[in-house]
Amino acid sequence: MRIGLFVTCLGDTLFPEAPRAAVTVLERLGHEVVFPRDQTCCGQLHQNSGYLEEARALARRFAGIFGDFDAVVSPSSSCVGAVRELSPEIAPRVFELSEFLVGQLGVEDIGAYFPHRVTYHPTCHSLRVVRVGAAPLQLLRAVRGLELVELPEAAECCGFGGTFAVKNADTSTAMLADKCLSVLATGAEVVTAVDGSCLMQIGGGLSRQGAGVRTMHLAEILAS
Amino acid sequence: MTSFPEAARIALGDSQLRHNLRNATTTIRNKRARVVAEVPDWEELREAGRTIKAEVMRRLDECLLQFEESVQAAGGQVHWARDAAEANAIVLDVARAHDASEVVKVKSLTTDEIGLNEALAAGGVHAIETDFAELILQLDGDWPSHILVPAIHRNRSEIRDLFMRTIGDGRELSDDPRELADTARLYLREKFLDAKVGVSGANFGVAETGTVVVVESEGNGRMCTTLPPVLVTVLGIEKLVPTFADLEVFLQLLPRSSTGERMNPYTSLWTGVTVGDGPQEFHVVLLDNGRTRVLSDEVGRQALHCIRCSACLNVCPVYTRTGGHAYGSVYPGPIGAILTPQLRGVAKAKSLPYASSLCGACYEVCPVKIDIPSVLLHLRAQTEKDVAERIAMRSLARIFGNARLYEWAQRLARAGERPARRVPGPLATWTQTRELKPFAKETFREWWSRERGA
Repeated sequence: MRIGLFVTCLGDTLFPEAPRAAVTVLERLGHEVVFPRDQTCCGQLHQNSGYLEEARALARRFAGIFGDFDAVVSPSSSCVGAVRELSPEIAPRVFELSEFLVGQLGVEDIGAYFPHRVTYHPTCHSLRVVRVGAAPLQLLRAVRGLELVELPEAAECCGFGGTFAVKNADTSTAMLADKCLSVLATGAEVVTAVDGSCLMQIGGGLSRQGAGVRTMHLAEILAS
Repeated sequence: MTSFPEAARIALGDSQLRHNLRNATTTIRNKRARVVAEVPDWEELREAGRTIKAEVMRRLDECLLQFEESVQAAGGQVHWARDAAEANAIVLDVARAHDASEVVKVKSLTTDEIGLNEALAAGGVHAIETDFAELILQLDGDWPSHILVPAIHRNRSEIRDLFMRTIGDGRELSDDPRELADTARLYLREKFLDAKVGVSGANFGVAETGTVVVVESEGNGRMCTTLPPVLVTVLGIEKLVPTFADLEVFLQLLPRSSTGERMNPYTSLWTGVTVGDGPQEFHVVLLDNGRTRVLSDEVGRQALHCIRCSACLNVCPVYTRTGGHAYGSVYPGPIGAILTPQLRGVAKAKSLPYASSLCGACYEVCPVKIDIPSVLLHLRAQTEKDVAERIAMRSLARIFGNARLYEWAQRLARAGERPARRVPGPLATWTQTRELKPFAKETFREWWSRERGA
């Protein structure tokens, strides 16, 4: 299958390790991965900040760039959710990585080995917008050596919410504080998720505390 | 009005408030989850609720006229109020016509919205709140912070102190809930028996029959709507349902979503006046107060579907930390964030549409499927933007609109980056509590070019 990789602007600029890992995983499964170089942002930032016109223009641009692929895959549920809403013409062919692997390819075991204690944070948009369901957990359970520990109050938002984290920094921090407490209660070495943006929030809080827990995108664990 | 972030900062610093809220909202949301899970057709019920409400909004004009006719035919009197001032004047006139210096009230958000108690007080009429929590707040000059549990931000030791100071009649009280309830009961019973006029809001009005419905837990509402010889109900025009049979849907959805009960303890229904039984004079005030403006917005109007269950508050990661006062309105939480700006005008509450991380928990539990996140985005698009932000966002849109420009901006940002634990500018609030993720030494696209060629 010829897959268009949508790396997202944050993934491209701040955490390229996640889309790189997505390339590794998809190629390991024998698919052709293409990176359309014209891609930038899907329009979510502008939509969430109340700039609808700009968001729609970026979404039209996005649909033009990704229009010709069998599937468009991205290591970010939040961006996939935005694309599905803003660019309905290509929505049925756009997938978050874990739902693509489990739901479309029917694969759970990627042959990964990751001998660490890991907890999984189901991000809001993966859970309630894209509805990836148990796909990320199914993939994690198939990773050799990995000890999966359940995160208390897992479905609670980490407080990121895009510009919310900056505009309502105090509330965002209160949410983050509780998320960090939950993560620490698991005794995990690694907290993982399918959204780099949420991991930036959780990781930013944990490292400010000197907590000694690292964040990794699900794709990175699957590629190891 | 104070902006949400400022008001939230104060609330977040109150550890007692945070503790009370967490305990109360966790208990209610767990109860809700349990009783919702036992209904096999819950999703169908939600869809039915949504459909009925959407239909009412489409032909609200007809429903209202039908309701008026039905109430009049059953011996009730109907008044139309465009705004708070008109509604308050109507209620005051009724109280004055009966020489009532006191009226007893059922817990009602709608009358809080219009500031009825204050308006009556200015006219020399004292309105007594008879819901236990509302009474607590009234005695302390405080105001509700939750739709269903108005005093959720208070605990029982605070209430004991308050009762000792006010209605306790000089007796020593403990913080035993039963003793506190008994104290309030004694005080309220005398008020119920003396009152000439009762005032209520309503959960539903039935267009077909003119029936008004009040759903409650304590029985004080039943007292207010049956004991005084005169009853005035203030009904928001969005509270109508077309037929009596439609109540079947909402009386299942509401208690499970709000208190987490299969059925609420008291459901009072009355239709006009019944000779020899209950109030012999019944007035209903149909209140607009911004609602037709909300109705005119096809995306925003779903906020009028709300049945005031408060399930969205109890699951909201923002509300459960800040409490209700931060929202600066009688309608707090996610529903308040979409209702208040629409009722008052977006310019008057422009920080509220941003008081959400868009996590979607509210939409998931809403018994009438109000897509709160979508309405929030819809309202964000209508807010007046800060000039600096507008310039930044427009520039960013241009950068995102051209891959060459975008790649240039990536390189520029990385070159300008200095390691810092705190940064100035728009990300300053981020770095107060979080480390900033440094730019990648090699962007994904640079890696791709290096590995795979252009």
